[in-house]
Amino acid sequence: MTLRHASIAALCGALLAFALALGRLTRPDVIIGWVDVFGAWDPSMLIFFACGVPSYHLMLRWARKRASQQRGPLLCVPQTRAVDARLIVGASIFGVGWGLGGTCPGPAFTSLGAGVSWALPFVAAMMLGLFAGEPARWAALRGRLRPRATESVAETHATRVAERLSRIP
Amino acid sequence: MRREEEMTQAFFAAAAGGLLFGAAAGLLMLGTGRIAGIAGIAGGLVHPERGELLWRALFVAGMLLGGLLGAQLLPASFVAHAGLSAARLLGAGVLIGVGARLANGCTSGHGICGVGRLSLRSVVAVAIFSTTGALTHLLDRWSTGGAP
Repeated sequence: MTLRHASIAALCGALLAFALALGRLTRPDVIIGWVDVFGAWDPSMLIFFACGVPSYHLMLRWARKRASQQRGPLLCVPQTRAVDARLIVGASIFGVGWGLGGTCPGPAFTSLGAGVSWALPFVAAMMLGLFAGEPARWAALRGRLRPRATESVAETHATRVAERLSRIP
Repeated sequence: MRREEEMTQAFFAAAAGGLLFGAAAGLLMLGTGRIAGIAGIAGGLVHPERGELLWRALFVAGMLLGGLLGAQLLPASFVAHAGLSAARLLGAGVLIGVGARLANGCTSGHGICGVGRLSLRSVVAVAIFSTTGALTHLLDRWSTGGAP
């Protein structure tokens, strides 16, 4: 990662944080308001996402176009495609934390920069969670040789078929 | 009417914030090729790899600066006290961290970037954490006797 990339990252971080503050998502009551469907529902998050998603999508298309012309940086593309147990469990746990605290990583860092006192313990706990939540750690504890998520269902099936075939005398 | 004015203001604020957020996340992709998944970027600081630390650290530093600027220009967007007990604050933080690491993304990673790239995984992730979030809050209000 070049210094230029790092500078762009710093700028983007600042803009993202300011955007969260602008949209008031730095307030736990606004985030809780999004999930408080039976109570004081706050559509701010919905509006924020409704504007943010298309905005990002257009920028992404621009980036992809440039990449196809061999211009700009290599684009990072997530490799995992399947909706696996890890995703479901992880998203569920994330949701519980969200519902309890009304904050997620973006607003937490933004609030930390703003100097609010509760942000520091939250960010510390979050960094601990990010460290502890590494699946490889748990797979190793369970004595498995590799995390299951990296092996596709097709691969597992093929392996089992091959094993059965090899046992036929 | 004050209430309507407030609601209109909040609407435009959310829209403007969202537009800026999407554009900034897009700028990160355009300029560095990286996904603006804040949990993922921060996670890379506690799971360090060579050549990955500088941009992540500067990204987070940028966020802190953005927060500082926000505090100056938009003080009403911040609350001095989250109204949560220390245990709950820490617990929520750990759960957010663990969940984001397992799910490989958070609200920005899956919610904006993943959905923005039309990823089914991300749409599912958003649906799941919104649901468990809503259920958690519901249970929470129930158990505290309906107090907000």
